[in-house]
Amino acid sequence: MEEILRTENLSKEFPGVKAVDNVSFSLMKGEILALIGENGAGKSTLSQIIGGVYKPDAGQFFLEGKPAVFSSPSHALEQGISMVFQELSLVGNLSVAENLFANRQPTGRLGNIKWRELLRATTAFLQRFELHLDPRQLVKYLPAGQQQILEVLKAISSNPKVLILDEPTSALTEAETAYLLANIRKLQGEGMSFIYITHKLSEVFQIADQVLVLRDGKFVGKRDIHAVTEQDLVSMMVGREIGNLYGASGKRSEDAYFRVQQLTRDRFFKDISFSLKRGEIIGLAGLIGAGRTQIGRSIFGIDPLDAGQIFLDGEEIHAPEPLSSIENGIAYLTEDRKGLGLFLGMSVRENIVAPSLRRFSGRSGFLDGRRIDRFANEAVEKNSIATPSITKKLNNLSGGNQQKCLIAMWMGINPKVIIFDEPTRGVDVGARADIYQKLRDFAAAGAGVIMISSDLPELIGMCDRILVIHHGRISGEIDRSDFSEERIMAFSAGIEYRPTPNGKEN
Amino acid sequence: MADRASVVTANRGSGILGRLRSIAAGREFALGIVLIVMASAMTIASPVFMDVGNLQAILLALSVEATIAVGMMLLLISGGLDLSVGSILGFTGVVTGLALQAHVPIFLAILIGLIAALSVGLINGLLVAKMNINPFITTLGMSITIRGLLLVIAKGRAVLNLPPSFTAIGQGSVLGFQYPIFVMLAVVILGDILLRNSRFFRQSYYIGGNEKAARLSGINVDFVKIANYCIVALLAGVAGILTTARFGTSSVTIGTGVELRVITATIIGGASLNGGEGSVFGAFLGALFMGMVANALNLLGVDAYWQNLVTGLILIIAVLLDVINERRKNRQ
Repeated sequence: MEEILRTENLSKEFPGVKAVDNVSFSLMKGEILALIGENGAGKSTLSQIIGGVYKPDAGQFFLEGKPAVFSSPSHALEQGISMVFQELSLVGNLSVAENLFANRQPTGRLGNIKWRELLRATTAFLQRFELHLDPRQLVKYLPAGQQQILEVLKAISSNPKVLILDEPTSALTEAETAYLLANIRKLQGEGMSFIYITHKLSEVFQIADQVLVLRDGKFVGKRDIHAVTEQDLVSMMVGREIGNLYGASGKRSEDAYFRVQQLTRDRFFKDISFSLKRGEIIGLAGLIGAGRTQIGRSIFGIDPLDAGQIFLDGEEIHAPEPLSSIENGIAYLTEDRKGLGLFLGMSVRENIVAPSLRRFSGRSGFLDGRRIDRFANEAVEKNSIATPSITKKLNNLSGGNQQKCLIAMWMGINPKVIIFDEPTRGVDVGARADIYQKLRDFAAAGAGVIMISSDLPELIGMCDRILVIHHGRISGEIDRSDFSEERIMAFSAGIEYRPTPNGKEN
Repeated sequence: MADRASVVTANRGSGILGRLRSIAAGREFALGIVLIVMASAMTIASPVFMDVGNLQAILLALSVEATIAVGMMLLLISGGLDLSVGSILGFTGVVTGLALQAHVPIFLAILIGLIAALSVGLINGLLVAKMNINPFITTLGMSITIRGLLLVIAKGRAVLNLPPSFTAIGQGSVLGFQYPIFVMLAVVILGDILLRNSRFFRQSYYIGGNEKAARLSGINVDFVKIANYCIVALLAGVAGILTTARFGTSSVTIGTGVELRVITATIIGGASLNGGEGSVFGAFLGALFMGMVANALNLLGVDAYWQNLVTGLILIIAVLLDVINERRKNRQ
């Protein structure tokens, strides 16, 4: 088999993270290479380097033996590397045909689109993939799964040598997934090569020839698919030691002061029940998109609930919404601190008091500037936020310090329940330790913490109990004594958990 | 394979029935029905509505807005916006008028006016596309600037006594229909054909729909944006010359508020401020609708003061229906 793509020592660093660290591998013509790893292992970054989105800081790669340097994704596309991004790039108000042939429509001499030819080409193309869609159909009227398939077909329509697929089946039903995989195999027979990023191990075994495992941006191994088992892959993905970055778990009350029962939001999650003791830290694990964030958002009241009950201190909270939750002492710290959590263009001071402005205005409604200054300065001190002054704009702080501001902000409401979504995403190791310590402090002060995280070592290090969410349902509940990354991964992927035979499980 | 294929086929809205349904779901269809109902009702309510003279008056009154609306629709589809078209209209009129007073030949005077309009469009386009300034702010600033400039060069006075051979452009008629009506129809028809069939113009849908993806598809996003600002400015210039010729004078206030009426017409006609949707035909229907409402109120003897109130309400209701519709679809 001839080699189509080879990388040598590729590295890419983002502020605070080595996203891809010295990765070398090769891809053969007509081969399907699965790229797996935990969230944040560097899969997407690696594929985006190859797809022309990022330039590597070090190392190089070769396409058909020639060094490849891409200035942009469209440049990579010209060279035969096509990439399907996780987010859709289709235009809803245009037809299937015009989306497939975006800016490549057949035209006459006047630049007029030859509609018949376009429709014919589209029909022929769709027939090749046994997709019986009307080429004139507007894309916005297609169901999500079909849009996703169309997105893949659009990338295929330029006839690339290498097609990179990033979680192509995340929005697909089983039948649609089977359809897509069958067509990938067909194209493989025609000599197309694939890099297939996925979280679903079952899919890896269905489709891949080779599997490449990344962890913390580093190359862990590349194996022939026939030479590994699911458990091998799970061990390769997670195997690492946990330091005592996380501190020790403290005392918990006996009573469950916060309970949710059968929480359901149609299409997102169903029958979620759990309870929380004072001083307890519980984790919500699962894959991105499993519904963990939606659960947090609905409890806080950003999104509506379709069914279920929430009890705090024995009293039911009806139809929560952010304002009432803040009054009840429920804090939700978002995973999207830049988009939803913070006011980046505003100062540290203004951010820290944002959810608790009420506390700083008297009956007149005017804000007491001096009290705010004092409070903000104290918060900066207590949370060890590294900033020259409280008037500094958040834009100018590091990710870790921004995250600490987010924490300081919500501490202002004196929360009883803290829902923390991805507490250390994009945060460097030093700030991580501070944030973990902060969470320990809240718990010690009698608050309960619900930690949503994709970082398994962090969940294992911090939590007293972990609930694993798979497809919007609790697929497993694990007590601290039974924690293992393999177990969490298995529940997350919705596969049967079997301890490894050598008894490595603790 | 058979069951797999069927999985991928099953969806609403394919086939002839689906196509009919998607036409019926379009704004043009709904607006067309409303216009027909309105026209029927007016025919019964007022004996003069169907008079040729009245129809001519309606068309003449909306010709300026509809002409500019074609360009505005293109711009909105690509995710842009131009608040300076009213000022460009006035500016072109005054520049052309002053040139004519200086005894510049008519053809040349018109050309100078159009070049003036085009330059404003070019600056708008460059600021938005290359400097990445928000279109609202760019064109708002440009609108004030250009209106100021025309006050300065006209010294605040109207330009009067334009030669009859020039005013004929705005006042002449065929079969009782004034030239501006024909210009409008030509622009609408040509614009509709281009926006439906020309690869260049269709690029605007991709840009408005998903700018990043458009770039990845190899579309020269900046160039298309700049071209769109030039086109809408040029059409505003054409409207400025026709208006000036029609009234035989270019006052320093002509075109005031035109931008809002044009945007209203395009939004009623199916455009979205988020870009990616709309059609030239829709823009024309939107303008026609506004023209008919004004005419109807007039014929029914409603005080002219009510017109703005009604137009404003219609705009809000049109957008509200859209939002409700969208929500219902999302819930399904």
